[in-house]
Amino acid sequence: MTDAEKTPKKETNEKPKVDVKSKVGIFFEEVSQSSLIIPILAIICGLLLGGVLIALSTEEVYSTFAESPLQAIGNGFKAAWEGYVTLFTGALGSPARISEAIESGDPREIRRAINPVFESLVKSIPYIFAGLAVSLGFRTGLFNIGVEGQLFMGGIFSVWVGYTFKGLPAYIHFPFAFLAGALGGALWGFIPGLLKALTGGHEVINTIMMNYVAFRLTEWLLRIPMKREGSTNPLSPIIEESAELPRFFEPPIRFHTGFFIALGIAALVYWFLFKTKWGFELRTVGANPHAARYAGMNILKNTVLAMSLSGALAGMAGANELLGLNHHLSQSFSPGYGFDAIALALLGRNHPVGVVLSALLFGTLRTGATRMQAVAGIPIDIISVMQAMILAFIAAPAIIRTIFRLKEPKEEEPGVRVSGWGGS
Amino acid sequence: MSAETLTKETGEIYVSQTRRRVLGIVFLGVALLIWLVFMRGLDPEMTSTMRLYPGGSTVVVEDWEFNTLNALRILAVGCAVVGAYQLVRGFKNLTGLAFALIGGMFIFAFLSWAASGGRLNLAGMLRIMFIRSVPLTIGAMSGILCERAGVVNIAIEGMMLTAAMVGTIVGSLGTLWFGLLAAVLTGGLLGLVHAVMSIKYRTDQIISGTVINIFAVGITSFVSAKFMQAYPEINSSGIFKPYEIPVLGQIPVLGPVLFRHNIFIYSMIIFVILLTFLLFKTRWGLRLRSVGEHPKAADTLGINVFKTRYMAVILGGMMAGFAGAYFTLGSVGRFDSAMTAGRGFIALAAMIFGNWTPLGAMVAGLLFGFSDALAASLALLRVKIPSEFLLMTPYLITMIVLAGVVGRGQMPAADGQPYIKE
Repeated sequence: MTDAEKTPKKETNEKPKVDVKSKVGIFFEEVSQSSLIIPILAIICGLLLGGVLIALSTEEVYSTFAESPLQAIGNGFKAAWEGYVTLFTGALGSPARISEAIESGDPREIRRAINPVFESLVKSIPYIFAGLAVSLGFRTGLFNIGVEGQLFMGGIFSVWVGYTFKGLPAYIHFPFAFLAGALGGALWGFIPGLLKALTGGHEVINTIMMNYVAFRLTEWLLRIPMKREGSTNPLSPIIEESAELPRFFEPPIRFHTGFFIALGIAALVYWFLFKTKWGFELRTVGANPHAARYAGMNILKNTVLAMSLSGALAGMAGANELLGLNHHLSQSFSPGYGFDAIALALLGRNHPVGVVLSALLFGTLRTGATRMQAVAGIPIDIISVMQAMILAFIAAPAIIRTIFRLKEPKEEEPGVRVSGWGGS
Repeated sequence: MSAETLTKETGEIYVSQTRRRVLGIVFLGVALLIWLVFMRGLDPEMTSTMRLYPGGSTVVVEDWEFNTLNALRILAVGCAVVGAYQLVRGFKNLTGLAFALIGGMFIFAFLSWAASGGRLNLAGMLRIMFIRSVPLTIGAMSGILCERAGVVNIAIEGMMLTAAMVGTIVGSLGTLWFGLLAAVLTGGLLGLVHAVMSIKYRTDQIISGTVINIFAVGITSFVSAKFMQAYPEINSSGIFKPYEIPVLGQIPVLGPVLFRHNIFIYSMIIFVILLTFLLFKTRWGLRLRSVGEHPKAADTLGINVFKTRYMAVILGGMMAGFAGAYFTLGSVGRFDSAMTAGRGFIALAAMIFGNWTPLGAMVAGLLFGFSDALAASLALLRVKIPSEFLLMTPYLITMIVLAGVVGRGQMPAADGQPYIKE
């Protein structure tokens, strides 16, 4: 009821404004109709709520609250501000340090000063792959929560190829290891895809179960078959140098070829989804399975195909991370890229370009948050909370529209729909 | 009247001819498996010993010792007979029972084989099965409440995790009962969030649930890393003490297995009975189910669809909160990040397996609880299977169950569909 009362009032308020301040009004009108406005406001809201969480977890807020509540709020605000300053300088480098380093002229010092930017780029690579994996699933109407497990399988396969084959030239070895990773992920996506197609077992639960199976499998592999000789820790042997993804700069900069592979794959996914018959079929199955079936498209084939491709992309994320950075398999090489990728894909509107942009943002946030944890003592898990908020606002644009009093869009917004348990 | 016919309809499982044959072959395969894998190379003199009383029991029961090979022979023949009957005639409505029978025989064969030449604490294992089934069964009932009203709830995991943490903190600062209350309220609050997002804003219900799950992982790890490690005094709630039911607790074997637990196990049984009665025998339950089956019709008859769904989802959240409290207040007395380890999703599978009924969910919960207990007990024996593979079993069983091996149940017709009032 209250909503119904509010909306006409709001419109009568805004109408004359548009007439008087025509240019500004039209600008706001355009902005509120744009498809970018919701993601941008969602990010802003997510960051704001993250700030509130930082403030709430600051001890000075509580110690001063009894004396002066205003002072306490000020302390909270300060803590949040300082946290975010640390986050962004940690992710993009501090300007003062960079100019200092350039003045000194020491190449090592310069590399150190500009390292944060490259570190953010490096961190965004797995996000690009994982985000593409989730969005490819969504495009086919499938919710692949199993990206994390597929990523682990990709890591296992690629590292195994990386240390087992010796004496191969680099231009054969690292593409081979990388593709092996894609194969591992594809296998882990193929199974729930097949189960969905044949039995209707819902992919959401099945992929989550496959995640846990992959984690246990990794633990076992690292405990017995893939254990590094002479090590007491659960680590795999280090891969051959020829299997490493080549890096471009001297240490500490870890920026490597994976970034360009990721961009290439994103372009490939775009071409596949929007320019090929196969991609068209996948999107049709996702948008309207009934129409797709009526048009003679094979739902079963497309389901299995989409899950396998999605898994392959996720596997590439794992391969990239291990071949490019860690060079060995461990139990904790992924800080949850696969789960972060869900919010990321929706933020990028399930479009390859959007996914790449969101991945750059998420990579920046994670690099900065790592720094924030080390310097300001704010646990990195705050990233997950922010992501949940962003996801909530993206999935329910009506919330954002209510908060910011934006007008309803003329066309219905492309909401995200996942099929229910029944599989229809 | 109508409530009864509805349960009858939803309770019936259709078994097709192909499925009958496939199941028959699977059953025969189990018999063959026992024959080929377990019985091969077994010393005919070998015996298995089953301990029939868990530690700390006052009633002493003799160990049960038997010849392993003979037991396996009997079990293999039993499986073969059931399988042959299934292949030729079929068990029709009793297929589920036959499946359970085969499963039971296979598990017992496996245990006998694993315990050959050693001792297995069977009673202790059954006891653990009951304990481990608690979060699964109560979590599944959370799902039943929501889904019977037409709202998919995959946020059980997140609700349990958050409630477990809040329960510990409040329980450490106050009493255990306050902790339990806080956990239930936390679950209810997250249920409200889920309800607002999926009912008011008509967000996709699976996405809405995922939001809560991601949020729960983030916030619990955050609070745990920021506060609970620095101040251990807010992470030591202790646990509810077990309470022995007089008389019943003295029954040999069954007493320690069933009647010497803390309130969570008893609550589970009470909830199952209560929810079954409320859902299928009262006007309240009929209304709730009608909203999940055909909201438009329910609306026409004057039932407030939105109000009913809100109530169901919030109650479901509270139920998940109670299940979450089990992890800390009922089990270990402290919170660790990600301690629910996917149990919320297994609870969902238990709900589907149990055909959206509380009793069915409990049976499924016990099955999953058993596979959990199996992994814990077999680690102590001289089994050749690595513990990681045993830990995989609940997840694999969930997938097998979802694949509908036992037959597809009937889910609420409007499950997952937002209702738009015209």
